[in-house]
Amino acid sequence: MSSPLAPPRSFLWSRRIFLTLLTGFVLLPVYVMVSSSLKPLADVTGKFRWLPTELTIRPYIDIWSTVPLARYFLNSLIVAGAATVCSVVIAVFAAYAVSRYDFRGKRVFTVTVLSTQMFPGILFLLPLFLIYVNIGNATGIALFGSRGGLILTYLTFSLPFSIWMLIGYFDSVPRDLDEAALVDGCGPLGALFRVVVPAAVPGIVAVAVYAFMTAWGEVLFASVMTNDTTRTLAVGLQGYSTLNDVYWNQIMAASLVVSVPVVAGFLLLQRYLVAGLTAGAVK
Amino acid sequence: MTTTVEAGTPPVRKSPSGAARGPRRRTGRIHRVGLPYLLLLPALLLELLVHLVPMVIGVVMSFKELTQFYIRDWGTAPWAALDNYKVSVDFDAPVGEALLHSFLVTVAFTLLSVGLCWLIGTAAAVFMQDTFRGRGLLRALFLVPYALPVYAAVITWVFMFQHDNGLVNHVLHDQLGLTDKPSFWLIGDNSFIALLTVSVWKGWPFAFLIVMAGLQNIPRELYEAAALDGAGVWQQIRRITLPSLRPVNQVLVLVLFLWTFNDFNTPYVLFGRTAPAAADLISVHIYQASFVTWNFGTGSAMSVLLLLFLLLVTGVYLVLTSRGRRAAS
Repeated sequence: MSSPLAPPRSFLWSRRIFLTLLTGFVLLPVYVMVSSSLKPLADVTGKFRWLPTELTIRPYIDIWSTVPLARYFLNSLIVAGAATVCSVVIAVFAAYAVSRYDFRGKRVFTVTVLSTQMFPGILFLLPLFLIYVNIGNATGIALFGSRGGLILTYLTFSLPFSIWMLIGYFDSVPRDLDEAALVDGCGPLGALFRVVVPAAVPGIVAVAVYAFMTAWGEVLFASVMTNDTTRTLAVGLQGYSTLNDVYWNQIMAASLVVSVPVVAGFLLLQRYLVAGLTAGAVK
Repeated sequence: MTTTVEAGTPPVRKSPSGAARGPRRRTGRIHRVGLPYLLLLPALLLELLVHLVPMVIGVVMSFKELTQFYIRDWGTAPWAALDNYKVSVDFDAPVGEALLHSFLVTVAFTLLSVGLCWLIGTAAAVFMQDTFRGRGLLRALFLVPYALPVYAAVITWVFMFQHDNGLVNHVLHDQLGLTDKPSFWLIGDNSFIALLTVSVWKGWPFAFLIVMAGLQNIPRELYEAAALDGAGVWQQIRRITLPSLRPVNQVLVLVLFLWTFNDFNTPYVLFGRTAPAAADLISVHIYQASFVTWNFGTGSAMSVLLLLFLLLVTGVYLVLTSRGRRAAS
């Protein structure tokens, strides 16, 4: 507490006990993931062991051949990467419009976009499935089963929150800056890209991480809208557990490998992301 | 937001030549009026394509007899009037009974999960309000469950909950001897506990994040004044911290509620396509009703009912909480 007096013992002890237990709860699966990924198969098929009988990196080599993990990885990378880039660019335009212009329907737009967040994914999964199938039948553009369809879907998932976060960041960039740019002869878009965007880089990075995490972790649409060649990690990882022998050491190794990019990104950019994620709720 | 008009009229247009002023101003106006819409267009089109149009179609589908025979050309499916809804809410017949059961399970699960996530998140944030050694590291650790991809985290829990080689049974049965024989966690009644554990593990860091941000907005002077008046730490938490968090909690609880109620990823990765009855969350239930039995009409009707329920709860919640806030202030 911010009191000038030192907190009483009851408080310090409660804090110590609570935080210790919580740390244990949080880290338990992380420990299982890391330690099991370094175990030989015998250690994960028998009774659970806290410590490996021997340390091996074999699972990290085998994961690539047991299931086509590299292909899933590449698919996830393409889908999440493309969805992130598109989502950020589109969100930048939309947030700039909302932040810098007054126009009819502004409130309707922001409320509608944000409220799509509350809809159950299952509600528009079925129709979207049909829309993609029918667009494919009518025009020959394969959206269903393709990476393109998934990219299109995922980028709209992160769009509402991204726009919301960026409006906050753009609002905090002083208007004098873009006005000065306009005086210097930049058009509105010039002002956006030469002044506002560079000033809001932390916010844009935060939005990009958020969009990437959203696309990288999505399961529901990936399970319906992909086929053998376009399967992403979210679905592909389950391929290990349907085999006759469940190679838990490999599953843990693969889980760790697919987690590292997002967890590292998140922790590195934690401060920006936290500020952006919480801005809306606290305001 | 009131100053945005000025920002939209670039001073550049103050042309010195009077003759050019007329047409210039007109293009300026088109520019000013049209540009924001142009900037919004991509976002708007995508939201329409992926969210709004499918939702309208979903409502239309719920009135159709849409089985696997009509999927390729769903326009030709015969109208079903309210049949899909009747089937969904006929609680004496198997379909309706299963839906009601799934709904009740989801309500119980959501209340418990949101309550626990909020409680743990708030407690952790309040305990970590003050600086102490290792606080930054701890905060980073606590965010790991939130940052991990859902499937990677949940698949680890699946391993931990295994009957023969999982950690949970090893600790509870072999090491602590709390159970007579190893339990099954992913089938039967225990699956509810397993689902709740994973959901809380994954969900509480978000509450922690939001509450931490909310704590930063409480003025220090309040605590200093309270300390001068002789209030202890516990009293300060009860009298200052918790009441100040009320507006933050209003949003946080609603967001947690909606996310948890709609959660599909956790149960799907934990149990697969068909969840055990004790943990049959509504999203997976509808998914199963639609894609496993290929009955899209009934699935859509269930989805629409779910949306109506969520809208109703959100509406009532917002009215009640804002009235409570007004009465309190």
